[in-house]
Amino acid sequence: MTKLKPAAISKPAAKVRSISRSRPQLPKAPTGIQGLDEITGGGLPKGRPTLICGGAGCGKTLLAMEFLVRGATQYNEPGVFMSFEETAQDLTQNVVSLGFDLKGLAARKKIVLDHVYVERSEIEESGEYDLEGLFIRLGAAIDAIGAKRVVLDTIETLFAGLPDPAILRAELRRLFRWLKDKGVTAVITGERGEGTLTRQGLEEYVSDCVIVLDHRVSEQTSSRRLRVVKYRGSTHGTNEYPFLIDEDGISVLPVTSLSLDHKASSERISSGVARLDAMLGGKGYYRGSSVLVSGTAGTGKSSLAAHFADAACRRGERVLYFSFEESPDQIMRNMRSIGIDLQPCVKKGLLQIYADRPSSAGLETHLALKHKLIDDFKPQVVIMDPLNSFVIGDNQIEVKSMLMRLVDFLKTRQITGLFTNLAQSGNPLEQTDVAISSVIDTWLLLKDIDSGGERNRCLSILKSRGMAHSNQIREFLLTDRGVELRDVYVGPEGVLTGSARLTKEAEKEATLLVHDQEVELRRIELERKRTTLEAQVAMLRAEFAVQEVASLTIIDQEKAEKAQLAQGLVDMGLIRKVDAKPNKQKGGSK
Amino acid sequence: MKKNSSPPEPPKAMSASPKVVSSRYILKLYIAGQSPKSVNAIVNIKKICEENLRGRYELDVIDLYQQPQLAQGEQIIAIPTLIRKLPPPLRRIIGDLSDTEKVLMGLEIRKKA
Repeated sequence: MTKLKPAAISKPAAKVRSISRSRPQLPKAPTGIQGLDEITGGGLPKGRPTLICGGAGCGKTLLAMEFLVRGATQYNEPGVFMSFEETAQDLTQNVVSLGFDLKGLAARKKIVLDHVYVERSEIEESGEYDLEGLFIRLGAAIDAIGAKRVVLDTIETLFAGLPDPAILRAELRRLFRWLKDKGVTAVITGERGEGTLTRQGLEEYVSDCVIVLDHRVSEQTSSRRLRVVKYRGSTHGTNEYPFLIDEDGISVLPVTSLSLDHKASSERISSGVARLDAMLGGKGYYRGSSVLVSGTAGTGKSSLAAHFADAACRRGERVLYFSFEESPDQIMRNMRSIGIDLQPCVKKGLLQIYADRPSSAGLETHLALKHKLIDDFKPQVVIMDPLNSFVIGDNQIEVKSMLMRLVDFLKTRQITGLFTNLAQSGNPLEQTDVAISSVIDTWLLLKDIDSGGERNRCLSILKSRGMAHSNQIREFLLTDRGVELRDVYVGPEGVLTGSARLTKEAEKEATLLVHDQEVELRRIELERKRTTLEAQVAMLRAEFAVQEVASLTIIDQEKAEKAQLAQGLVDMGLIRKVDAKPNKQKGGSK
Repeated sequence: MKKNSSPPEPPKAMSASPKVVSSRYILKLYIAGQSPKSVNAIVNIKKICEENLRGRYELDVIDLYQQPQLAQGEQIIAIPTLIRKLPPPLRRIIGDLSDTEKVLMGLEIRKKA
């Protein structure tokens, strides 16, 4: 496996604060707000006042209202909302869009809305006063419905409406003590002041739990954050957590508290390209792993992503495709051109393409949004295309931390993530803009090879944790039947692709043919020689046979002549009446 | 939603005729039990009324401990609160009414110098 450069990465594990749940702890009133209960370890301190402060428009009133409504509807804790700014009618209308039916809740005696109207110009002061009226009023409302929760929004308005701040301060102190004695869980909102959490320093009086909301704008994008500054008698998440306000109300995402203890599945899933699966140990990616496809412009990153999405949908899995550069329609049209039709997947509800510009929101908001979408859709595969469009200006560190948290989040959910990264030409390819390579399990590199007057795409696996993967570069072809991987030509001239590869292959074929012909020729020659030789052997054999016959004939003739001669002598002897002394025949015969 | 939780109508909407300026005063004093401030306020307003509005005023003293629901309707926060219902416009004076000058000015019995 490729060892990566040790990028300076703050491990998310270091940020984890375990929130112990086993030991007995402070009784808490659950807010019912997604994520907030997680951060606070169960909710706001029960029977105590909590201060929620922040600048204008950061969601204080909404948070308080949601706390009250959820209490009334989910935890059977009726509540009193004492508003010092908005009328009951305005409040009711403002939260209708969130599905909160204040009118109905009020009718069912679950909620009391009380608008405290203070007009400075109508009030004259003469002598000492106290806020007993407010106490009586609040007490009456609490008793009327047996309220367990109280919201005072925003009590600091009293400072503008009533004279003598010294009396007010003393009275507020008494009020908070009184609320505590009453045993109601109270939420007090306060406008952020200069250098202090609230304009009138309410944090001095309400000090059991302080939550600060923030709505800040950087690089012209806004993000909302929440931080628990203080929580007496309880551990709590201390980071700044992004939160969203949408049609479901507030959701806080404790995204910074992820740990590194996710399970690792050994299940393998296809990348959608058979040849690529073969390169990845024959089986494809691991489920729940993170895959990075990086490459320069136009190398086919999105096509690989689409293949993967298509393959996942074919397996019946849900895929969430985040696109940051193309609209869903555009993606589908473009993918159709290489033979991938995503339309049926979308129709079946297996594929959801979510396109937005990275600049549409702050990074944290993006992350929170992604979390929420993932939580809602529960996909098995998440694709983000491309990652580096988040890098705007000088925010690389934030982008990195965001992506790392996202990858961790996906891993804890066993979701396979495929990310593409557009590498800038000129930069080394093995370096991503967002430097998240260390959290990536499988890294595919797409490259352009520019030679012989053409550009050709190449794919190689830079790393793939936990599997034996191919070390070969493959030529990457986009055909009308999808992505195809081909062997590249590797020879003395180096790696050849495209038409150079074809030429080289043809050349090679020709050479082979010539070679084959030569071999054939030699074989024929040999055959010819053998035939010739065999003919010669036959001829010699025949000659020999002829000679043999001749020789035998001569021998026989000579034998016959000899016998005849002997007979002749005998006959002659008989005629000449020679004595029978054949041994002396030789010497005196002539 | 309760009607009376909305802010009281602006004082100008009340019917007013020009001659009531020096005529009847309808005053309501909201107190809470027998607290020193409440007791002082009752004593003080009675004295002021007798001295300045004899025969042309009506004073109601309302103990919110007895009728807590009135606090919301009348938008009472501070105790004691004196409300001038008539003549319009509606005026509120908070405190134990120990500063007689301020009360007189607040009730517009005596114009500011």
